[in-house]
Formats: sequence, structure tokens, C-alpha cells
Amino acid sequence: MRKVFAPVCAVTGLMFVCAPFLIARAPYESTMGLVQKIFYFHVPSWFAMFTAIGICGVASLIHLFRTSAKADRISEAAAEIAVVFGMMGLVTGPLWGRKAWGVWWQWDAKLTIALLLEMTFISSVLVRKYGGPGSDKLASAVGIFGLAVVPFVYEAVNIWRTIHPLTSVVPNLPATMGLPFWFSVAAYMMLLLTFLMLRVNLGKRQAALDELYLAYED
Amino acid sequence: MSLRRLLIALTTFVMSTAPAFALQPPAGQSEFVPVDAVPLADQLPAAPLLIAAYAFVWIAATFYIWTIWRRMNKVEDEMRALAQKLPHR
Repeated sequence: MRKVFAPVCAVTGLMFVCAPFLIARAPYESTMGLVQKIFYFHVPSWFAMFTAIGICGVASLIHLFRTSAKADRISEAAAEIAVVFGMMGLVTGPLWGRKAWGVWWQWDAKLTIALLLEMTFISSVLVRKYGGPGSDKLASAVGIFGLAVVPFVYEAVNIWRTIHPLTSVVPNLPATMGLPFWFSVAAYMMLLLTFLMLRVNLGKRQAALDELYLAYED
Repeated sequence: MSLRRLLIALTTFVMSTAPAFALQPPAGQSEFVPVDAVPLADQLPAAPLLIAAYAFVWIAATFYIWTIWRRMNKVEDEMRALAQKLPHR
């Protein structure tokens, strides 16, 4: 893992340095102008959050039904990372909305469910930290519940009437906007991988420390 | 003589009251005229919002890596301390 980590970290850093240059060269959107460029960091942060939730959900299922320490560590790491990416989405979104809609926040279906999803994973992290014995199983159940909420967040704009742009925006992007967008998505996926490797390694070391404490007590 | 005094008094009065009239605020707006677009000077600038959004992403990512690094150091310190105690038992 150490052999892979350094190149992954270097590529992630390089991509995040290159991304703003590609975004700066992308054309302006006709109605929103300059502020629409927040899109290139806002949407990929949600994609990264959904991916982290997917990893957390699958690992949680494995841990719940097979009690695997490795799956539990991955689930714990992915839940924490989902909170970080969710925070990025929840901060960059209102900065975009303030200019595009004239308000920082709107209690419509999309935004409200997205906030609830973030709070679900914050609760998962808190359960693990303060839940005591057995909290890993409870946090795994919360992770699976969070995974079930993701389709509602994504499809909310197509189900309910909201002021948020529709999901059809991304597949219909022109090439000049699509290139920087998908490059940013790739950069975020690399950042997710970096975070995951770091956080899983921390979990491993914490497990080793717990074993050492047990050996010391015996 | 009295005419001269009267002229001086009148001139003094006019000169002393003129600045008071000159300092009056402009007349209040009598009607509102609608326009289709917000004047350019009143529009919310996009650049600070864009910069704030990108800066937040960078700061959040750096902060998260720093918290992992800090937790890792704490775990390693505890492991070293415990490893030193174990062989003596």
C-alpha cells in the first residue's frame, strides 16, 4: 500500500493544481456567467460523496452479516470521508445559489434531502465515537440507511419541482464544459482514494494499538 | 441715512439666510421608475463567491489530511509508549 500511496497522492495533487486552469478556460454559462464555474467543484464533491457512501454501504453490509474487522474499518473511513465531501457540497452550493438564485438556501426537496444525508453520516461518525461497545454495528446500519437515501438526493430534481438545475445538465454538457467537468470529477475520485487510503491506515494502526493495550492488560 | 441702514440690514439678512437655503436636502423622490435589469453597480460580484468556493474545498481537504496526520501521530506515540512498557513486565 505504501508503494501505491505516494504516486496516488502525487497524481491527486497535480490534478487539483491543473483543474483550475482547465476551469478558467471553460466558456461562461449564458445566464449565470462567472459564478456557474462553481459547478466544476460543487457537483464532483457530491459525486465523491455518493461514491464514499456507496463504499460505506457495501462495507457496512459485509460487516453486519459477516462481522469483518476490515470491512468495518473501510465503512468507518468511508463514512467520515462522506461527511467531508458533503460539507464541500453544502458550502459551495449556497455560494453559487446566492448569486444564481438570490438566496443562500432554499428549503426545497433536493437541498433538504442533501442536508439530511449529510446529517445521517455525521450521526454515523458520532455513534462510532461516543456509542460505546456495539456502536460499529449501529453505525453500519446507519451507513446502509444513508446509501438508501442517495437515489432520492440525486433524483429529487426530477421527482419534485425545485429551483435546482436538473440532472440532465451533466449529460448534455458541451465538450468545452465537459472536459474540465470530468477532469474535476476524476480529481475528486483521486482525492477520495487518497483520503480512503490514509483513513483506513489510521484505522489499522488504531486496531493495532487496541491489541497492544489488551496484551498490556493481560 | 435710514435708507442706507435699511439696505445694510436687508443685505445682511439675505446673506445670512442664503446658506441655510443652499444647505437644504434635495427634494424627495416623487415616483419610482421600474427598470428591467439591476444596474451594473448594484449587482452582486461573482468572483468573491467563486474564490470562496474553491478556497473552501482546498482548506477542507488540507484540514482533513491534517486531522488524520494528527490522529496518526497520537496513535504512534501511544504505541511507542506501550511497546516500551511491555518487555519489562
